[in-house]
Amino acid sequence: MQGLDEALAAAWRLIVTGDTALVEIVALSLKVSLTAVFCAAVVGLPLGAVLALVRFPGRGPVIVVIDALMGLPPVVAGLFVYLLLSRAGPLGPYGLLFTPTAMVIAQTLLVIPIIAALTRQVVTDLWAEYCEQLTSLGAGRLRAVPTLLWDARSSLVTAILAGLGRAMAEVGAILVVGGNIDGVTRTMTTAIALETSKGDLPLALGLGIVLLVIVLAINAAAHMLGATARRAAG
Amino acid sequence: MTMRLFETTRRAVIAAAVGAAIWGFAAPAGAQTAERPFITVASTTSTEQSGLFKHLLPQFTGKTGIEVRVVAVGTGQALKIGERGDADLVFVHARSAEEDFVAKGFGVGRSDVMYNDFVLVGPKSDPAGVKGSRDAVKALQAIARKKAPFVSRGDDSGTHQAELDLWQRAALHPKADGNWYRETGSGMGPALNTAAAMDAYILADRGTWLSFKNRGDLTLLVEGDDRLFNQYGIILVNPARHAHVKEKEARTFINWVISPEGQAAIAAYRIEGEQLFFPNARRKGA
Repeated sequence: MQGLDEALAAAWRLIVTGDTALVEIVALSLKVSLTAVFCAAVVGLPLGAVLALVRFPGRGPVIVVIDALMGLPPVVAGLFVYLLLSRAGPLGPYGLLFTPTAMVIAQTLLVIPIIAALTRQVVTDLWAEYCEQLTSLGAGRLRAVPTLLWDARSSLVTAILAGLGRAMAEVGAILVVGGNIDGVTRTMTTAIALETSKGDLPLALGLGIVLLVIVLAINAAAHMLGATARRAAG
Repeated sequence: MTMRLFETTRRAVIAAAVGAAIWGFAAPAGAQTAERPFITVASTTSTEQSGLFKHLLPQFTGKTGIEVRVVAVGTGQALKIGERGDADLVFVHARSAEEDFVAKGFGVGRSDVMYNDFVLVGPKSDPAGVKGSRDAVKALQAIARKKAPFVSRGDDSGTHQAELDLWQRAALHPKADGNWYRETGSGMGPALNTAAAMDAYILADRGTWLSFKNRGDLTLLVEGDDRLFNQYGIILVNPARHAHVKEKEARTFINWVISPEGQAAIAAYRIEGEQLFFPNARRKGA
């Protein structure tokens, strides 16, 4: 496996030198993806819970569509947002194309279905368990939404981490709407794509290793928080 | 009941605090955009990936304070971005497509900036025996006769258009001629990666080839044919069509690039002692 040792060496160099360009790229990746996941959680958690609890006409098709959108190709989401934000598009006057904001919008669209679909499943199971209890307390189904979301919080962390995984890993959408502009919209994944294009495979893989370490750290932190919360509650 | 109210309040406070913490960390993502004046340039992968812009742009920004944001895509897509008004100027290499862009009113005042050339690259074993030839068309005919693997960009880029032009001069239709001709639909770098992995022939711009690192067994085989000439031009996106185009700043950039200073900066860019781009602006100004 020639090249892998070079990649590891490149990753190590990037980390120990604290390369300022790398720090900026990492910071932008985190800002964009965390903002997108936050926005997606604000929409996706209640949406998923409502879909689990409330019966309304067209609920079945909505669930199928949201489940299907978990597989939405990032490039397609990117093109959709591109056409929306382009100067020739409906939101053109705001001049948002090729900015971090555009990248947040695209990633939010990609993450909402994941959080909403996983939340719906978690809340459905929880409702099956507690429905008699909650009904006897006189809580309506819609009123039960915040309670159930709160009770399911440790499972929902996984839903949010799945969304974050999607956001941190994707390159297709942010490449289209961000333009991979050096110092403005270049993130970890678009930088990896660029270095691959330039044939600098060790540097590309080195960046990939750095990305992996960051994602790992975020997940570890989330799990530790979860464990602490459970101990506090238990 | 009081207990429940307390519980709900506590939850709301915690949720708000967590939200605020995330937001405080993430908010600068949006705040980052408004600072010094900037222009957006739709350009080609060859100018970006060869490292030319990294060499050129800091000099311009240092002098004028105008930041230049480059979106590097194929020439076809770059012109499309200009057409939709999503860039202030385009900096590309496909003469006829550029003239068409101006004729249709999408851009105004095309200027020549610089040229380099295309080179035919292929495996060291050279099954078609084209090494050292100065005739690109004959070389393609030899490759087609041997049905030796050939990688095409297939992405409507300037390089792709130049390659199709050469096939036409060779009176060949390789796409209909079996699977030795492979369209990758990708940028110069990815196409070179593919060619390196398949030991295939490929037409590349000299700049990307020189700065490309993953060459594998590929080597330069044919160069120096006049038909491999590669002219770069710069065009202002028509402000009459798109009122938001930063005309003043964009013209400042165009005028600098074709000024003696900008031209000298282009000539000074070298990789391992080799000059990548040759300035040839005819100083009209934008």
